Amino acid sequence: MNGALRNVVYFLIMAGLIVAVGQMQSWNVALSIVNLCLISSIMALGVNIQWGYAGLFNVGVMGFAALGGMAAMLISMPPVKEAWAVAGGGTAIGLLIFVSTAVAAVLVYRKLPKGTLRTTIVMAIVILGYVLLRIFFDPTTNTIEKVNPAASGYLGGFGLPILLSWPVGGLLAGAVAWVVGKITLGLRSDYLAIATLGISEIIVAVLKHEDWLTRGVKNVNGLPRPVPYEINLQKAEWFLSLCERLGVDHVTFSSIFVKLCYSLLFLTVLLLILWLSERALRSPWGRMMRAIRDNEVSANAMGKNITARHLQVFVLGSVVVGIAGAMLTTLDGQLTPSSYQPLRFTFLIWVMVIVGGSGNNWGAVLGGFVIWFFWIEAEPMGIWLMNFITSGMAIDNPLRLHLIESAAHMRLMTMGLILLLALRFSPRGLIPERTQQK
Amino acid sequence: MSDPLNAAALLANFVVVPAVAYGSQLALGALGVTLIYGILRFSNFAHGDTMAFGTMFTILFTWWFQSMGISLGPLPTALLALPFAIASCAIFVLLSDRLVYRFYRQQRADPVIFVIASVGVMFVMNGVVRFIIGPDDQNFNDGERFIIKAREFKQMTGLAEGISIKVSQGITVVTMIIVVAALFWFLNKTRTGKSMRAYSDNEDLALLSGINPDRVVMVTWILAAALATIAGTLYGLDKSFKPFTYFQLLLPIFAAAIVGGLGNPLGAIAGGFVIAFSEITVTYAYKKFANYIVPGDWKADGLMQLLSTNYKFAVSFLILLLVLLFRPTGIFKGKSV
Amino acid sequence: MSYLIGDQMTGGYGGADILHDCTIAAEKGEIAVIVGPNGAGKSTAMKAVFGMLNLRKGRIVLDGEDITALSPQDRVAKGMAFVPQTNNVFPSMSVQENLEMGAFLRRDNINTTMEQVFELFPILKEKRRQNAGELSGGQRQQVAVGRSLMTQPKLLMLDEPTAGVSPIVMDELFDRIIEVARTGISILMVEQNARQALNIADKGYVLVQGKNRYTDTGEALLNNPEVRKSFLGG
Repeated sequence: MNGALRNVVYFLIMAGLIVAVGQMQSWNVALSIVNLCLISSIMALGVNIQWGYAGLFNVGVMGFAALGGMAAMLISMPPVKEAWAVAGGGTAIGLLIFVSTAVAAVLVYRKLPKGTLRTTIVMAIVILGYVLLRIFFDPTTNTIEKVNPAASGYLGGFGLPILLSWPVGGLLAGAVAWVVGKITLGLRSDYLAIATLGISEIIVAVLKHEDWLTRGVKNVNGLPRPVPYEINLQKAEWFLSLCERLGVDHVTFSSIFVKLCYSLLFLTVLLLILWLSERALRSPWGRMMRAIRDNEVSANAMGKNITARHLQVFVLGSVVVGIAGAMLTTLDGQLTPSSYQPLRFTFLIWVMVIVGGSGNNWGAVLGGFVIWFFWIEAEPMGIWLMNFITSGMAIDNPLRLHLIESAAHMRLMTMGLILLLALRFSPRGLIPERTQQK
Repeated sequence: MSDPLNAAALLANFVVVPAVAYGSQLALGALGVTLIYGILRFSNFAHGDTMAFGTMFTILFTWWFQSMGISLGPLPTALLALPFAIASCAIFVLLSDRLVYRFYRQQRADPVIFVIASVGVMFVMNGVVRFIIGPDDQNFNDGERFIIKAREFKQMTGLAEGISIKVSQGITVVTMIIVVAALFWFLNKTRTGKSMRAYSDNEDLALLSGINPDRVVMVTWILAAALATIAGTLYGLDKSFKPFTYFQLLLPIFAAAIVGGLGNPLGAIAGGFVIAFSEITVTYAYKKFANYIVPGDWKADGLMQLLSTNYKFAVSFLILLLVLLFRPTGIFKGKSV
Repeated sequence: MSYLIGDQMTGGYGGADILHDCTIAAEKGEIAVIVGPNGAGKSTAMKAVFGMLNLRKGRIVLDGEDITALSPQDRVAKGMAFVPQTNNVFPSMSVQENLEMGAFLRRDNINTTMEQVFELFPILKEKRRQNAGELSGGQRQQVAVGRSLMTQPKLLMLDEPTAGVSPIVMDELFDRIIEVARTGISILMVEQNARQALNIADKGYVLVQGKNRYTDTGEALLNNPEVRKSFLGG
């Protein structure tokens, strides 16, 4: 069986699994799995750009996804007028301090020659900016958070179409990636891993605790959708007649229809990014990236600026993750900062890339589908397994109760095992990287 | 009014005492990370969860001893459980080496592959811990609570501010000193310890000298498991045990190891205290302190806190960035950049 | 029969063969030197003798025993010692600890051997508490040779011991090597500084492209006009 055929078979099996879920559970469940599979695939593509193209180990996927999520909220939610009315001036001052700090830091960075002096001055500017921000902006945040805290207590967003937040989320993630990459790339590979781990924890901490910006753990619900609402569909003339023609229940079909709309949007983005990634991979740029990854010494000898290339690819990958993060929040319709867990948002994506095939975009997409599917289905399977194992025990046996209760944690272990097994026995993944001689 | 004595007592109680205890815990954690890095040459992302794993065994043995009515009187039963927990943790860690890392060692795989493999191990350990003991808080500290209570201190000195020292803090510092002394004695004076340093220094030459790499690696894992279990147990006694907290400890521990210089045990200890003191001094609210120290009737408004405790991880991160920017090999020169 | 023979060695690092029927031998208490142009396979020949290279053909005989199948570590136990060209000390360990590590496999008292090493290299005794990484290049080479002597080897192999040291230090090192040979240890050495090395050599091997080109006593090779013209710069 040749490679291309095998890959098609993989995707057909995956489609078959989803159809099976559609038939056995419901199409609603199947479609929500598909939607998250699509988003996971995009995240996996982003990580694959970093890892597969350049061998960069990003342990902060969660943070970049969270930035995308924040962008989705900030772009789409309407501004809270009361908050702006009482705190508009203070916010403007805060913003002014923030922007001038950033501009001053960048200017100094640009103008001064590289060295300890430059780093020290940039640091001093940042610290000064922070102190000023605390002095002038802290009272404002208190004011904002006091405005109707049960319902808003934050500034709200820009009230723009949520689709706009996808590129914005990407840009936000890219900007943070640039700063982190600038500092850690060029040092040992472990340092990038540890630094990204740190930045992602901090981003999520900001989301959780800066109530004036994100409402923190109170969450922001009801983000505007890019697709119709079920309730409107059920009243729409054309939709009812469509249901009639298809002979389906209009309530069930309305939610399926909404999910299909999302699927279409996500699929468009996925295909676009996939196409761009494939183009990039085959371009001279992609060849150079892989040359650097495979032999840094000789690439360096050929005059390639490795650190600059790495920075480029790190930012690009983070942009893709940011876009996916914004898409995820769009799908959820709410920003829940406490839902950003490293195991779910960082390491799961890594399992997808390793299992799918590092260095191969199609592999990353397949990995996104397969791993998300099993991540979702592992829980019912685990509970079923535990029920089966303990079926001989009394119904109130404490061990049985403990096992069934803990079945949810099985999937962490399962994912770890899958990662270890894939890394060991199939290090090139389901769809290996093409070593093209063309 | 200016009252430096009370100000000092206040600072000692809320900054120095907790930071010394926390620093000791970080130092022990960072020692484990730095040992693995020195010998096996990768950053072990599973170390936080190894700490959780070892602590879980401590808790289980503690419960078992408690159920049999065994206790250490004023000291926590956990101390009695510790050796058993270390042994259990070491067995598991050795098993993980046998099943996972050894293969890549033989392949002479890239360090980043080891790091990813350690992420896999981290997942598995995390799952096992949550499966066995659950994701929730466990408090397993029994015995006496305090060495000195704040009230007693106030009575003794007549100050308005008291200094309290918890038994767990005292145990932490004493244990840390004993463990570090034993570790340095082992590394500097024993044949096996020297062979580990030789292996860390120059692997090829160590092989030429007839040093058995398998033995070095085995001893390293046992030491790392012991250090992780001790650090985790002390942290759990001092605060409480929650699996996710231990995962989050990874960042300050890595920061401590890098700040001190990866691969350098002395650096790991210094790094642990640097991180702990920075974290606590930066996140402490100085309002009351300022009221003591500033003369006159001036009263501070606001908490006078440099950074909210919610962002304590940001402190480790910032120090990490500073070190990477100015001195990537750490305070004490560590292994390569 | 020679104490050590690398007989008709053929092999490489996996790809194409680097050595072709190359034969190297060393007598008891004598110095054998391998010289030749860059890329001639000098270091490779030495590594082959030490078992760091898979031979397709040929065999290694030490003291009448065929050791072709042994690992480098086992060869150390058989009385061979190897001093690599670079990274040949433990930089963050003291000089004394370096020597102790050299004797890692020995379970008997190593103090006498250490005293002998200190006698041979007095500077090491002075700097015994200092870390090897802080020493100068020549001193570091002395630590490396000293470390390898700690196993009480019968055959000492040196891969370009004078690479990167000043001419004065080089002469000094060669003197020490002669002293070592006088104690009855066979020495096999690869050298870039062919003329000086052949000066002290009992036997010289000129390798070209992995093959023996000339084999003779050191003196004869120095006097051989062809060798002088092609390899010694006239």
